[in-house]
Amino acid sequence: MASDNLIEIRDVNFTYDVRPVLKGIDMVIPRGKVVAIMGLSGCGKTTLLRLIGGQIMPTRGQVVVDGLVTSELDREGIYALRRRMGMLFQFGALFTDMTVFDNVAFQMREHTDLPEELIRDLVMMKLHAVGLHAVWNMRPAELSGGMARRVALARAIALDPMLIMYDEPFTGLDPIAMSVIGNLVRRLNDALGATSIIVTHDVQESLQIVDYIYFMADGAVIAQGTPDEIRRSDTPFVHQFVHGEIDGPMAYHYPAPPYGADMGLEAAHA
Amino acid sequence: MPERLIGAVRGIGHRVVDAVWRMGYAARFFAATLLHSGASFRRFHLTIKEIYFSGVLSLIIILVSGLFVGMVLGLQGYETLQKYGSESALGTLVALSLVRELGPVLAALLFASRAGSAITAEIGLMKATEQLSAMEMMAVDPVARVVAPRFWGGVISMPLLAAMFSAIGVFGGYLVGVVLIGVDEGQFWSQMQAAVDFRQDVVNGVIKSVVFGIAVTAIALFEGYDAPPTAEGVSHATTRTVVTSSLAVLALDFVLTAFMFRGA
Repeated sequence: MASDNLIEIRDVNFTYDVRPVLKGIDMVIPRGKVVAIMGLSGCGKTTLLRLIGGQIMPTRGQVVVDGLVTSELDREGIYALRRRMGMLFQFGALFTDMTVFDNVAFQMREHTDLPEELIRDLVMMKLHAVGLHAVWNMRPAELSGGMARRVALARAIALDPMLIMYDEPFTGLDPIAMSVIGNLVRRLNDALGATSIIVTHDVQESLQIVDYIYFMADGAVIAQGTPDEIRRSDTPFVHQFVHGEIDGPMAYHYPAPPYGADMGLEAAHA
Repeated sequence: MPERLIGAVRGIGHRVVDAVWRMGYAARFFAATLLHSGASFRRFHLTIKEIYFSGVLSLIIILVSGLFVGMVLGLQGYETLQKYGSESALGTLVALSLVRELGPVLAALLFASRAGSAITAEIGLMKATEQLSAMEMMAVDPVARVVAPRFWGGVISMPLLAAMFSAIGVFGGYLVGVVLIGVDEGQFWSQMQAAVDFRQDVVNGVIKSVVFGIAVTAIALFEGYDAPPTAEGVSHATTRTVVTSSLAVLALDFVLTAFMFRGA
C-alpha cells in the first residue's frame, strides 16, 4: 500500500566540496498537499529540490520519492521518476528556439507516441488551463515575465505529473501576475490530484495558498507548521522573516571586523 | 618569502590539476556525445535543423571568401608563373592549393568564427537560462537532444562547406586568370584535370575537412556546455572557442599534411 507521504527526506546531509549546504534535514511531503519551503537565499532550498529531482545525491541520508530511494536508482530509474514530475524554474526556462506550442508539446513528443492531432488538443488544453491558449504560436521572447511563467507551468503539467516543484515562482512578477500564479499553483494541484512543493521567500503570497510550511536557515529546518501556526510563531527568525524586520537573528550587518578598523581610525589612535 | 614561494607553487599546481581535470572532462563529454548519438540519426530532422544552422547559414561567408581567395590565387599565381613561362599551369596551382590546403583550412577557420562561436553562445545561454536543467528535469538527456545533433550537423556541414569553398575558389581563379588576364582556357582546365588526383588530393582534402569539422564542433560544444552560467562566462567561452579551434585546425593541418603528402 502506498504511503501517505509522497516524499520523505530522512536525515539528509549534502556538501559541495567541503562546504556543508544541508545538515540533517528531515521532512515529509504528504500526497495531495501544497508545501512551501522558505528561507533566505543560499539556505539550501533549491539544493533540496535538486535532491528530490535526483539531479544530485545526498552525501548522507535518504530521499524517498513515491517509495523509491533516489540514491538507489540508476540513471534509467531516475529518468523514469522524473517523467512523473514537473518543475517550474525561477524564470520559466522556456526553450527559446521553440514556439509556446512546441515548448508545451516537448515532453509529449519526447516521451509518448501520441499522434500530432492529439498532442495539439492536449497542448491547447494545457494552455487554456493557464489562460494562454491564444499565444500558442508566439516565441518566448514575445511574452511578458508573468506569461512566460504561466507557459512554463503549462509545460510542467504537460504529462499530468504526480509531483510539481516550483523554484521561486513569484520572483520578479507584478502583484497581479503573482496572484495569478499563486492561484494556478493551488488550482492545478487540486485539479490534477498532484502534490506540490514551492521553494520561495515570498511569504504573503505563499501563506495564502499552501497547506504546510518548512522554514530553513543555514542548511537546517528551524521551524515548520501550517500557515496560521507560522503567522503566530514566536520563533525569532520566523517572526523576523514573516514580518520583514530589518534586524533580528539575521543581522543587518554582514559579520565583519570593527568598522573603526576598516576606516583606519583605530590605527590612527594606536 | 618562503610563504610566497609556496603560494606560487601551489597556484601552479592548482592550474595544472584544473587543466588536466578539464581535459578529462572534455574527453568524457566527447565520448558521451558519441555514445548518445543514436537519436541524431533516428530523428534525423534534429540533425537537419543543425545542418541548416551551421552549414546553410555559413554559406554566404564561405562562398564570398572562397571567391576572393581564388581570385587572389589567380593573380599571385599568374604573377609568379609567368616569370618562368608556365602560366598555363595556373589552373593546377589554384586547384591544388585550394583542394589540398586552403579549402579545408580556411573554411574550417571561417566555420569556427561563424558557426562555432554561435554554437558556444547558444549552448552557454541555454545553460545560463536553465534550459538544459529544465530538459534534464523532463527526463530528456541534453547531450542526446541538444549536443549530439549539433555535433553531427557540424561534422556533416564542414566537408560540404570546404568543397564549396574550393569550387568557388577555382571559379575565382578562372575569372582572374582566364577571363581577366587571358590565360588559355583549354590549358587552364586540362592541366588542372591532369594534375589533380582524386585519391591523393580530393579525398585527402575531404578527410582533412571532416577532421576539422569534428575538432571545431566538439570544441564549440564543450566550451558552451562547460561555460560558467554568467554573461562573462559565456563571453569568455565564445572567445575560447574561436581561439582554441583555430589553433587546433592549424596544428591538425600540419599533422595531417605530414602524413598525407610525404614525398607525394
